[in-house]
Amino acid sequence: MPETFFGWVLFLLEKYGGLFLRGTGVTLLVAISGTVFGFLLGLLVAIARTITPAPRASRGKRFAIGALRALLGVYIQVFRGTPMIVQAMVIYYGAMQYLNITMPEIAAAILIVSVNTGAYMAEIIRGGIISIDRGQTEAAHSIGLTHWQTMTGVVLPQAVRNILPSVGNEFIVNIKDSSVLNVISVSELFFQSKSAAGTYFRYFEVFFITGCIYLVLTLLVTQALRLLEKKLEGPDHYVICGSQSDSKSVITITEEQ
Amino acid sequence: MENVLEIRHLRKSFGEHEVLRDIDFDAGAGEVVCIIGSSGSGKSTLLRCINLLETPDAGQVFFHGQDIQSGKLSMAAYHARVGMVFQQFNLFENMTVLKNCMYGQMKALSRSAEDSRKNALKYLERVGMDSYINAKPRQLSGGQKQRVAIARALAMDPEVLLFDEPTSALDPEMVGEVLNVMQDLAQSGLTMLVVTHEMGFARNVADRIVFMDGGVILEAGTPEEVLDHPKQARTRAFLSSVL
Repeated sequence: MPETFFGWVLFLLEKYGGLFLRGTGVTLLVAISGTVFGFLLGLLVAIARTITPAPRASRGKRFAIGALRALLGVYIQVFRGTPMIVQAMVIYYGAMQYLNITMPEIAAAILIVSVNTGAYMAEIIRGGIISIDRGQTEAAHSIGLTHWQTMTGVVLPQAVRNILPSVGNEFIVNIKDSSVLNVISVSELFFQSKSAAGTYFRYFEVFFITGCIYLVLTLLVTQALRLLEKKLEGPDHYVICGSQSDSKSVITITEEQ
Repeated sequence: MENVLEIRHLRKSFGEHEVLRDIDFDAGAGEVVCIIGSSGSGKSTLLRCINLLETPDAGQVFFHGQDIQSGKLSMAAYHARVGMVFQQFNLFENMTVLKNCMYGQMKALSRSAEDSRKNALKYLERVGMDSYINAKPRQLSGGQKQRVAIARALAMDPEVLLFDEPTSALDPEMVGEVLNVMQDLAQSGLTMLVVTHEMGFARNVADRIVFMDGGVILEAGTPEEVLDHPKQARTRAFLSSVL
């Protein structure tokens, strides 16, 4: 048996490398899909919450829009207002006991993280939408664009760029918080670490490794998001058509006589 | 002359404050009407009600004799026929100059990308911004932005263009370039309703001037009638403060 701390770390890495790797894979899978689906869900919820009934809309239409809003408000309140670890238990065991559905752990994990993230994203995206000057929406309506066309073509592209740092936050939170899903036996990094630690009773060494892996993951994600942000920013310069810097322009020089 | 727009008994309040009180107003085809008056007199609200950016509390707006709020006229079609130019330009910040002028045509009028591009270029050339098609709005000056905004509205081939203080947010040296474009448009037969503080422009370009005060039209007539021989004391007071 190894004597030193580093000896143990190396020993455990050699022995459980595959386990750590698989756990990392599952954690990444759950965090990435949870963030992506959560983002899409949040988008839909945020767009739905910006719909205002037309001034002459029928009573039924007004009621439908009002009911939808209330429902979405409840969704956000419930999923932001309870811990994800509790949501995991309620959804997983609720489905099992009352609907007779035993969800595959990974699918359950992705579902729970997505729905949880969606509630946060809806509010983040709503903030992004509000941050875009109303004038652009008015201009879009004044040339006959529909609410959907205005949202997808004008408002959201700008809103999403503005909220990218917050979306990055959510992604990082998901990498770390997917660890609570060990309560429903999802074989993510924390779950795998626990089983690795149990065998030789080396909790400190194992979780030191686990901590390092989480840190590397979040560092990588931070850098990737920074690059994405830069890319969305677009070029700083533009080319004046027909000018010398325009590669397509034809500039002829006639010699002075 | 056929009336393109007829406004009847238009009323609008924001809370307790009555901004428009019983406005009656017509605009004939090809007519250029300048609406003047002090801040808070309801000029902008009138334009915004015509474009339904605000919903009138009472009264009707008729476009070629059709009530625009009756539901018979498709809103997208109406908005394509009646364009608007804003004080704050309101260009789509995520699109290039060219895309700004193409997007509405492609989405609201279902024109092909190629047709939209051609039409956009035609109007960008007209406002002298065709060299800047690759620029983003944030890279342009105020006057340039406003000219692009005018081209964007024109690219929808509207019959009527509403201008809501188009030069008020501009640096003084940028005002001329925008007014020149507007003057050129006025001569082309486009129906224009212009809320403005530029009295020189109103005098030279308007067929008719409307003076608004406290939510009502106090006086209307040719530039000579309203600017040189105002009948109302309130009009005289306003003119002496701005001229």
